Amino acid sequence: MVLSIVTILLGCSQSTEKRQTAGEAASTIQADPNDPMSNKGIGPVKEVVLGELDNAMVADGEKIFKQLCSACHKPEEKFIGPAPKGIMTRRSPEWIMNMIINPEEMVKYDPVAKQLLIDYNLAPMANQNVTEEQARKILEYFRTLE
Amino acid sequence: MRTLIFLSLISLAFLHGCQPRQGGMAGGGAATDAASRVYVAPGELDEFYAFFSGGFSGQLSVYGLPSGRLLKIIPVFSVDGEKGYGFNEETKPLLETSFGFIPWDDAHHPQLSHTNGIPDGRWVFINGNNTPRIARIDLITFETAEIIEIPNSGGNHSSPYATENTEYILAGTRFSVPFPQQDVPISSYKETFKGVLSFISVDPKTGHMELAFQVLLPAFNYDLARAGKGKSHGWSFYTSYNVEQAHTLLEANASQYDKDFIAAVNWKKAEEYVKAGKAKEMPASYFHNIYDDNSHMATSKEIKTVKVLIPSECPDMVYFLPTPKSPHGVDVDPTGEYIVGAGKLSADMSVHSFSKILEAIENEAFETHIDGIPVLKYEEIVAGIVSSGGLGPLHTEFDDNGHAYTTFFISSEIVKWKVGTWEVVDRAPCYYSVGHLMIPGGDSKKPFGKYMVAMNKITKDRYLPTGPELNHAAQLYDISGDKIQLLLDFPTVGEPHYAQAIPAHLVAPNSKKYFSLEDNVHPHVTKKESDTRVVREGNVVRVYMTTIRSHFAPDNIEGIRVGDKVYFHVTNLEQDWDVPHGFAVMGAHNAELLIMPGQTETLLWEPDRPGVFPFYCTDFCSALHQEMQGYARVSTKGSDTPLKWWVGKQE
Repeated sequence: MVLSIVTILLGCSQSTEKRQTAGEAASTIQADPNDPMSNKGIGPVKEVVLGELDNAMVADGEKIFKQLCSACHKPEEKFIGPAPKGIMTRRSPEWIMNMIINPEEMVKYDPVAKQLLIDYNLAPMANQNVTEEQARKILEYFRTLE
Repeated sequence: MRTLIFLSLISLAFLHGCQPRQGGMAGGGAATDAASRVYVAPGELDEFYAFFSGGFSGQLSVYGLPSGRLLKIIPVFSVDGEKGYGFNEETKPLLETSFGFIPWDDAHHPQLSHTNGIPDGRWVFINGNNTPRIARIDLITFETAEIIEIPNSGGNHSSPYATENTEYILAGTRFSVPFPQQDVPISSYKETFKGVLSFISVDPKTGHMELAFQVLLPAFNYDLARAGKGKSHGWSFYTSYNVEQAHTLLEANASQYDKDFIAAVNWKKAEEYVKAGKAKEMPASYFHNIYDDNSHMATSKEIKTVKVLIPSECPDMVYFLPTPKSPHGVDVDPTGEYIVGAGKLSADMSVHSFSKILEAIENEAFETHIDGIPVLKYEEIVAGIVSSGGLGPLHTEFDDNGHAYTTFFISSEIVKWKVGTWEVVDRAPCYYSVGHLMIPGGDSKKPFGKYMVAMNKITKDRYLPTGPELNHAAQLYDISGDKIQLLLDFPTVGEPHYAQAIPAHLVAPNSKKYFSLEDNVHPHVTKKESDTRVVREGNVVRVYMTTIRSHFAPDNIEGIRVGDKVYFHVTNLEQDWDVPHGFAVMGAHNAELLIMPGQTETLLWEPDRPGVFPFYCTDFCSALHQEMQGYARVSTKGSDTPLKWWVGKQE
């Protein structure tokens, strides 16, 4: 009873659009959401195919990262949030992009993101209103941080 | 058990609410199902935005209707520590005038911008009465975007009314003053004083205001105004009192004559005279201040001339309409045909007909001329008299069904009457002593109707007592049926002289959520944390600082000296809705900064003693908000402490 009231309240506080995104995403979560490499996270990004490294995208991605993310993330060392160095071996590309685009829902519903929030002293991952296209470029930049 | 007690408490409360109050006005006057009609459930949104003037607060309050919930106070003419308005370096120029920096004014009449005579949801204008000014508030940011000073005015009261397409904002002077302003005996009033009406043009794209021209009139008190619309589009109307031209004890001396005038100005004709070069270019000094949303800064400019039209040299431009008993409000019905003059010292109201005015002009039905201005014959222009039985009529607004509603200050009520037949159809008491009233769109060609708000001058026992000073009371009525029904009382800020309301859907979709960091062209912006730095230029120290949840960069600063002027240029790097950061430093002689996402704001700090002083974020921003702090070390004058700054680890 208490639970269902909470659900209704939560439901009302979000826009219809957001609720649909969460619902759809929930069904696409792979076998084990706790397995970081198969977990695609929650958000609009369903499938990312990585081709050969695109240097123009890398340069754009680095610029966007510096502008919107570097206040909390240093490429190679832990700062307010984790360092993106080596992230491609720790998380799926879809999870990374969803975390950038949809941080509020990720830290609420995704088990890996939830744990990260706790590990990083509840410092919130700010929503910097990054577009999907921008997030893809940031991802390309992350591929160079091995 | 607990539930039971709770329920019975609720029913008690309801029962109590229905009982006539002991000692107060019987019953409080509300409709029986009022609660359900004003209840906006948690998470639901109001139907209308209502903009209430702050009166002597100098600000503009935004309320939701029908709930009466206060949504925001927009600082306009008065400094506001809550938002750093007038304290940060960026907004100080908005309050510059020919008298220097003025931190306060008395704001009376909000006016929504109109397109085709209907509120369009772009801007709200409001007048500063004391040091004559008009401000424009942008309804994308809900911030003051522009303020223009009005020269040759002695109290900008009959202002700022919009013409049908906001071609002009009207600004008449309540107090006449020497023209040009000069040192003369007050007793030379009749010879040296003048009343000036100003026409402020508004750029339809940017909203930027410009003082297009002024019209020089005899030294009466020009009290309130409205622009014509529909058939009277192209004209503007101003009530006057004190045609006796008294300059002392006006309480008695300005009420001698039976009639004063409504000044009717054909502004299209005035435009032609200006184009034809008939205006005199007169020396003046007034300030025009504009805030830019990309540089996040206001700039100030002094202007030194003004174009003035003199009616005796410009025939067919101004007429006087005799109107009984010191008229206060002058309100034009939605068709533009009827001009209602509310004689505040009488019981009746005279309604003039615009068609009859045109006819009287055509037939030269003039009683006399004053300074070359024809005075029309009263009986030739009156369409009807509203005999209400009330006392002290002040202001009139209109609904969408052909009715007018007039406030009566002395008899403390609103009277509903039929436009055209002048018959009184209903009346409702106000608690207490109503001044202005407002119906959404009630000054426009197509009133939205539905609700009416009374703004009362006296509060007394309507709320829990709060000492001698009480917030003014507003009252919401339902006017959708035959009978006016009182729904709600709610307190307001300062003294709301007037308000206007607009359906929320015309404004809400345009409301800005955050400023794009990419578009920020502030001269001292810092767009990424790696660019943060501290620069010394003589005794000026500039701190280029950024904020993000939840730290400042830099957060440790050394090498500041006593006597320095330290400018904290703080850029909020957040790019999300509702994530402002605050900035406050110990001993600052101004206020905090409240920096919106993507914005840059500057605080000047002049440390007067050595030590290490904390600064911190004042607006709760995240679970780590309490950790959002820093230190500034101040050394003695002439010390050689090196200038250093860092965040995280000392470099």
